[in-house]
Amino acid sequence: MRITEFLKPEAIVLQQDAQSAEEVIRLLGTKLHDLGYVKEGFIEATLRREAEMPTGLPLAGEFHAAIPHVDIEYVHRSALALATLSHPVVFYNMVEKDQEVLASLVIMLALDQPKSQIEMLQQVSGILQNPDLIRQLMAARTPQEVLTLLDSQAAP
Amino acid sequence: MPEESKLVLVACGTAIATSTVVAVAIEEACKAAGLNVRTKQCKAAEVPIFAKEADLIVTTTPVPQDLGIPVIQGLAFLTGIGKEDVLKQIVDALKD
Repeated sequence: MRITEFLKPEAIVLQQDAQSAEEVIRLLGTKLHDLGYVKEGFIEATLRREAEMPTGLPLAGEFHAAIPHVDIEYVHRSALALATLSHPVVFYNMVEKDQEVLASLVIMLALDQPKSQIEMLQQVSGILQNPDLIRQLMAARTPQEVLTLLDSQAAP
Repeated sequence: MPEESKLVLVACGTAIATSTVVAVAIEEACKAAGLNVRTKQCKAAEVPIFAKEADLIVTTTPVPQDLGIPVIQGLAFLTGIGKEDVLKQIVDALKD
């Protein structure tokens, strides 16, 4: 199962000039909603969750990430949305909620079952652990470029 | 002599996503290290309930530290940063 089965070109936003984490979450949540993957209330629930249990992840390379997500009750079908930002916005650290993480890569996870999408999650985790891939994603100019990059790094 | 399996409680904010990745990584690593380990995923709020059955807690979200069993932070399984060290900590904690 490839990550690109869950990530549609319409759910990829590149070099976005966002001013806040909330703006990015609303933008990606709207994409997923318009594609029919998530329900009404998904965006607000994701924002609430982010406020209580942040998803910022400081990474090894020069770009950091956030992986906003929320409980399954707001999701119709598992999917991902991805944004690269032209300048980082403030998220907070998953394990230390007062610590700022300046995130440039935001991958929104919509999961319709607990534990169901282990391969998809492992591939997302694989992206996070690969600073070179992240650098290439940050430079990508089209959704197709992103999908090609992700497909080529996935295990066959 | 077969060893009783150890239970690692894997906690995250909403019992999906991060704890899934961490739980699988722990199971695979422990198997490779020859340890008999089971994992159970739960939300941070449920940790005090399940802690009594567990030998170790690995978490990607803040949880209580005073439950009588070791608590190891598992973010390394998502970011890769310090993953080898955390795996070693887990294996050492379970060997006790």
